Amino acid sequence: MRTSQWSALGLAGALAVTLTACSAGSEGGGGDGGAVEEGLELTMLIGSSGDAETSAVQAAADAWGGETGNTVEVIAANDLVQQLGQGFSGNNPPDIFYMPWDQFQTYAAQGFIEPYASELENSGDFLPALAEQFSYDGEFYCAPKDFSTLGLQINLDAWEAAGLTDADIPTDWDQLASVAQTLTTGEQVGLSMGREYARVGVFMNQAGGTLVDGDSIAADSEENQAGLAYLQELIEAGSLKFPQELEAGWGGEAFGLGKAAMVIEGPWINGAMKNDFPERRFVSVELPAGPAGPSTYAFSNCWGMPVGSETKDATMDLIEFLTSDEQQLAFAEAFGVIPSTESGAAAYAEQFPDNSAFVAGVEYAESPVAFQGAAAAFADFNTQLESIGSAEPASLLGTLQGNLEAAYDEVNG
Amino acid sequence: MAVNAAPRPRRGGGIRRGEARAGWLFIAPAVFITAVFLVIPIALALWVSMSDWNGFQSPLNPRVNFVGLENYAAITVEDGLDQRNFGTAVRNNLYYVLLVVPLQTIISLLLAIQVNRAALRGRGFFRTAFYFPSVTSTVAIVVVFQFLFTASGAVNAAIGALGIRGPDWFNDSTGLVHGALSAFGIDSPSPALAEPGFLGISGWEWLAGPSVAMTSLIILAIFTTSGTFMLLFLAALQSIGSEIDEATLMDGAGPFRKFFSVTVPMLRPTLFTVLTLGLIGSWQVFDQIYVIGGGSAGGTISTPAFLAYRSSFVDLQWGQGAAIAFILFVFIILLTLVQRWVLKERTPRKRNRVAATEKIAANDSTSGGLR
Repeated sequence: MRTSQWSALGLAGALAVTLTACSAGSEGGGGDGGAVEEGLELTMLIGSSGDAETSAVQAAADAWGGETGNTVEVIAANDLVQQLGQGFSGNNPPDIFYMPWDQFQTYAAQGFIEPYASELENSGDFLPALAEQFSYDGEFYCAPKDFSTLGLQINLDAWEAAGLTDADIPTDWDQLASVAQTLTTGEQVGLSMGREYARVGVFMNQAGGTLVDGDSIAADSEENQAGLAYLQELIEAGSLKFPQELEAGWGGEAFGLGKAAMVIEGPWINGAMKNDFPERRFVSVELPAGPAGPSTYAFSNCWGMPVGSETKDATMDLIEFLTSDEQQLAFAEAFGVIPSTESGAAAYAEQFPDNSAFVAGVEYAESPVAFQGAAAAFADFNTQLESIGSAEPASLLGTLQGNLEAAYDEVNG
Repeated sequence: MAVNAAPRPRRGGGIRRGEARAGWLFIAPAVFITAVFLVIPIALALWVSMSDWNGFQSPLNPRVNFVGLENYAAITVEDGLDQRNFGTAVRNNLYYVLLVVPLQTIISLLLAIQVNRAALRGRGFFRTAFYFPSVTSTVAIVVVFQFLFTASGAVNAAIGALGIRGPDWFNDSTGLVHGALSAFGIDSPSPALAEPGFLGISGWEWLAGPSVAMTSLIILAIFTTSGTFMLLFLAALQSIGSEIDEATLMDGAGPFRKFFSVTVPMLRPTLFTVLTLGLIGSWQVFDQIYVIGGGSAGGTISTPAFLAYRSSFVDLQWGQGAAIAFILFVFIILLTLVQRWVLKERTPRKRNRVAATEKIAANDSTSGGLR
């Protein structure tokens, strides 16, 4: 009997140690003090596009830290979503982090993040479309960090070599198809873009389609099929190839290598070209309009804060600092993103006329569909898109319809 | 586990009093470490697989509910994306195991026999060369393979010289069986095979065979692991005494007869080790898939281990992730038991003729550390 008591005691002890470790420190919460506290050590987790972004964010955080007497450690994540998941499950999330647009709804629905945005001093300055993107259940959760829209990049050398002029810049689908055909040569394809929902979906929207129509999923609508069918025509004509087929990691690389004369990417392409392909001459123009008018996607991350953060006041002060027009324009200069406030975006368009096409897209930009659970459906859709060259649009969209419906029903009961 | 393994001393007075307590004291560190790093995590994972924990705070916080077998049902019996993803992952991994385990065993055995030959010049060099991939990080090898196997890479250049147009290896989702069938003009399934079957995957898809992308990974796996197993075989070969070689020679056995009737039976314990380790390792394949990106190549390189990771960390479906891990765990144990039974030494009862070599092999295997 004695031995089993001993072993039971030992096991119980070990269990207690582990369990306490698991549940410790869930209390706390931001007090509503007036001035910002001093001497805090905040951690910030960012999904950085490169050294330029990391050092710009670190510099901004240091500037704020110097003003307020705090320190901020900026950690550039290798895999942002994984590291966030790990931080939350280990009960040790970063004090402030990039919240990716495609995960926002999931995190908000699961109660991971603090809905602080309406308490910010500059809460009303953000572009309405972005404020809406980062609202869940009618509540504005987190401040949009910046945003990007998709535009059409044109390689000027290829353009001129093909004898095209400014008057030929495509404004509708037919023109796009014809210039893509003209630009296609032996070594170069006319148009390329990522083989994923976040690019292909633009064409479905331009055809008048939508994925969520009111309270129901309409992924398999005729309009969406028309969008895919248009892309299939380009593929058949040989004027559209995806980066994988061009041995490039993404559209920008295919563009930089000269394997694609036009790509559909966002303002981040400026930084990528400057770093990797500085000799590439190109312009960014608005995406050509489809039969149902112009459409593009707006992508944005927001500054996430874990729910019940103990450093809420200080973090909010930091976020106000980071989202100020001045600071956002500094970020714009450093790594090409567009400020998320109305006045900031306007100043940006003036300061960087080359990028005015991206700002112009805000007028009609839509946010990609990203409700809770949709990410898995889109991951599957992206996989299915590998057969876009041969499959029927109806069957591709039929699968997406089923998966989205299942995810939607789960969220909305 | 250490608790069970500890021998229970007989209780009583006298000089042996207090021995039990001292024994427990001595193994306490081991018990503690086993509990903290093995028993409790496994128990927690089992709990998570039956809960709706979303990855926020502790899995034991009061907002987490017990959902029974719901997570298991979602990936096995309920129609939907989760089930199809799991089915595809199992299918992919099944072909991976079916090819990797036999091939790596055969290749490592042949390599071991070659580098064990006394007459071989530069044995040390070959042993090091064959073992080298095993001590290199998988990630580094995957990156090198990605360069070798791109559409315009070295591999395609080499087979291009033979006039064959190589595929875009890591992005090609065509199954080998499908590819072979289409050479005979069979491109689409019969209606019966097109119906969703086991785990939501149609019979046609089950029969697809490993995709070209998966085949590249299979080559990679064989390349990296056969060195390790070669070392195991080499150690076993060196323990076969030269007197046995001489005896077989005297009995008039040729090299093939010697290999199949003497060497292989004597390697049975090592064979068991290699097959077991290979089986477990190839059902848990993860790092290659993670580096390449499990969603690429039409989902044909995703595996249950990768899916468990993705469901948990990316989709925040921690319950499902844990459920996949547990299914995999049970599956591996079952397979290992089956394999152990298949490879069991069976003493021939009806036959009286027992070859001397088999006797030795039997002795060897029963005294082997693994049983």
